[in-house]
Amino acid sequence: METFATKLWKNAPKAALLVAVAAGAMLQGCSNTKGSDATGATASALSSDAATQVYVKPGSHDELYSFLSGGFSGQVSVYGLPSGRLLRNIPVFSQHAENGYGYSEESKAMLNTSHGFVPWDDLHHPKLSRKDGMTDGRWLFVNGNNTPRVARIDLTTFETAEIIELPNSAGNHCSPYPTNNNEYVIAGTRFSVPLDMKGGTKDVSLADYADQFRGSISFIKVDPDKGDMDLDFQILVPGFDYDLANGGKGPSEDWVFFTTYNSEKAGTLKEVGASQNDKDFLAAVNWKLAAQYAREGKAREMPANYYHNKLDKATHTAKSTVKKKVRYLLAEECPGMMYLLPAPKSPHGIDVDPSGEYMVVSGKLASAIPVFSFSKFQNAIKNKQFDGEKNGIPVLKYESVLQAEVKEPGLGPLHTEFDGKGNAYTSMFVSSEVVKWKLSDFKVVDRIPVYYSIGHLMIPGGDTKKPHGKYLLAMNKITKDRYLPTGPELTQSAQLIDISGEKMKLLLDFPTIGEPHYAQAIQASIVAPKSVKIHKLDENRHPYVAKNEASTDVSRKGNVVHVKMTAIRSHLTPDNIEGVQVGDTVYFHVTNLEQDWDVPHGFAIMGANNAETLIMPGATQTLKWVPKKEGVFPFYCTDFCSALHQEMQGYMRVSPKGSKVPIAFSTGKKKPAVVAHK
Amino acid sequence: MALAAFSLGLLFLFPMWKIYLKAPQYPEGLEMHIWVNKLAGDTESSIQNFNILNHYIGMEPIHEDSFAELKIMPYVVIGFMAAGLMVALIGTRKLVLTWSVLLMVAGAVGIVDFYLWLEKFGTNLSPMAPIKVPGMTYVPPLLGSKQLLNFDALSLPSWGSLGIALAVLLSLAVFFFTAAPTKKPITVNHKPALV
Repeated sequence: METFATKLWKNAPKAALLVAVAAGAMLQGCSNTKGSDATGATASALSSDAATQVYVKPGSHDELYSFLSGGFSGQVSVYGLPSGRLLRNIPVFSQHAENGYGYSEESKAMLNTSHGFVPWDDLHHPKLSRKDGMTDGRWLFVNGNNTPRVARIDLTTFETAEIIELPNSAGNHCSPYPTNNNEYVIAGTRFSVPLDMKGGTKDVSLADYADQFRGSISFIKVDPDKGDMDLDFQILVPGFDYDLANGGKGPSEDWVFFTTYNSEKAGTLKEVGASQNDKDFLAAVNWKLAAQYAREGKAREMPANYYHNKLDKATHTAKSTVKKKVRYLLAEECPGMMYLLPAPKSPHGIDVDPSGEYMVVSGKLASAIPVFSFSKFQNAIKNKQFDGEKNGIPVLKYESVLQAEVKEPGLGPLHTEFDGKGNAYTSMFVSSEVVKWKLSDFKVVDRIPVYYSIGHLMIPGGDTKKPHGKYLLAMNKITKDRYLPTGPELTQSAQLIDISGEKMKLLLDFPTIGEPHYAQAIQASIVAPKSVKIHKLDENRHPYVAKNEASTDVSRKGNVVHVKMTAIRSHLTPDNIEGVQVGDTVYFHVTNLEQDWDVPHGFAIMGANNAETLIMPGATQTLKWVPKKEGVFPFYCTDFCSALHQEMQGYMRVSPKGSKVPIAFSTGKKKPAVVAHK
Repeated sequence: MALAAFSLGLLFLFPMWKIYLKAPQYPEGLEMHIWVNKLAGDTESSIQNFNILNHYIGMEPIHEDSFAELKIMPYVVIGFMAAGLMVALIGTRKLVLTWSVLLMVAGAVGIVDFYLWLEKFGTNLSPMAPIKVPGMTYVPPLLGSKQLLNFDALSLPSWGSLGIALAVLLSLAVFFFTAAPTKKPITVNHKPALV
């Protein structure tokens, strides 16, 4: 029975939030926009026909693919929009026992770094590949924050195709930002670190932050046809924290902009130390000029040690290459390449409007959103409107580059996206709302509450030249009372908002995997037709492939046993194996002979210390297994493939070390009826 | 008449017969295409996919090598085409009719042969089959559709067979419309030029 008191308790967080919002509004003084109505904010915000707008009939497809970062899950989750249906979870930086990613012999190399095998990372920002400033649906670039890495996901197979480690970086948060034709994917370091100029960090006193620490911005070249990445050069920059970035478009397309904080260069208690200066900086880098400097001999070279892991499609195997040097530019040595624009206190998001003229800087601690003008920025450079310099990099006068400030937007602005119809939408972390404002007069025109504490927001194509301004996805950090409770650990959420009309309308609210930071979305019609159904068995070049049952094999080399196995509905060949001994290292190389859509087979064996492996039609995957005791060990197919899936199993006999039992293997062979031994 | 001979060439461009399978878990369907000289399908792997499904009911795997017909038939067709062209040159009505009747007989033999194969594959099931339904055989329809467990099988002639039908019709037309045996059907001879 629910008493009045428990009701009051349940609604207390909501009430508290509303009080906070109201207080926030009061603090900002008289607002000329309609604030959210304290009574029944949800009811008024929820569109009455929301259900029909997000209802995608069973069997019908969604209009859009969305790719949500998984944050600490190290994965990317793929949702259909507008339905919010989860389509897939793509492992990138995290081992994924579900399909063997990071466990199988083929995929392990993908997680190699100069620190060894790193099976987890913090994935924040997906960015789709681009053509002429528009998303083209070929690849998705994502960052690994903790052990600096950038990955590329192939959107024909929805699998991680490549991961490159970044030297001289720590906390690869400001990453990965493709230029308008993927000339470069650009990544900045969040933590500055003392560089030893040999690709590592120096052992220095932490008191020496101000003198010794530097940041870096990496320029990764992308092969226009294959997408293969290569670290072309880095720029060593002042020792601030580089937070987020975005590339220009149209007139500003040669530039990329980075928010920075900790211009104070505090090395401890940064929440205070890095929040002292009234203004930090928006760093503007002319990437074309940087590339030219690098090309024309300004770049120096330093020894380095970083991994580049690439999936070879023909062998279905990832291979690591260790890179031993990196080229770098010093920002202070390259005139005209980098400028600092003062931006209110510890800015977070930097977003460039579709025209490429406005750079919107969301200062999470600031009371207004500054909008910088690209043309004013260019004029200020021409007219030398400088306000000194910082570490040899010219600082421009705030007023000379500022177009306008969006007044009283809300509390804690973080990120801005655009609808292509002259409106900008900014997420407000502290006041938990999305605020819509006009690029024409910089006035707030609408606001909608979100539940709760929104981080990023995303409009499909909202960071490109032509946004698809129908939906907005808000991604929230806190859900509290929004769903059924699941103990102390609760889900994060995404909320779909209709932005096709004057007023924003809440349509849908769904839980997410991990913590979604940024996301991307694209029309399904661009990606779906290129989706691969099977891998061609004929094109399989795996060194241990068995393209038919006749070429299956079990062979011993010392104490290593290679099993070339095949899987097809509904049997494994061989399914009876003998002659393996305790302590042998057994590699099961399983080839899925199927050439039909949606018929993966799985492989698992009792006592394996890794995981199972899922093998797509036409592919070969390898599971390593070291038997520790004698006996008989069953193995089986783990993916319910057919009516006789339960029968798709076999036995491995393990004899003591030094046993005389010879290697033998078969499938479906009649056994002698009588007992042979004794 | 030459046109009739050439229309048999369709047999090398299109399958003679198609068998379509549809099931709940095969919304996209599976197709087997029977050509004059090969077995194929709508995808490169159709035959393998048919065989995987068929093995559950103990049907023998279908392979091109099992059918001597696929090696013989192309020569038969080429023979008919060559003979047809000769008939066209000679222009004898009686030969036209003979060619036509022989072709009809060959077509009928083909269909009977096809039916016998269907019958053989559909009934000659391994006693070791995992799935055995008492009294159930799996003879696909020769023409039209039939429910076989979870599969709806549909069998239809394809453009290749139309080549035979066209050849028969054209040659019969030549026979009936070139009334007098005294006149050589030269006019008809011009037609190939238009093709």
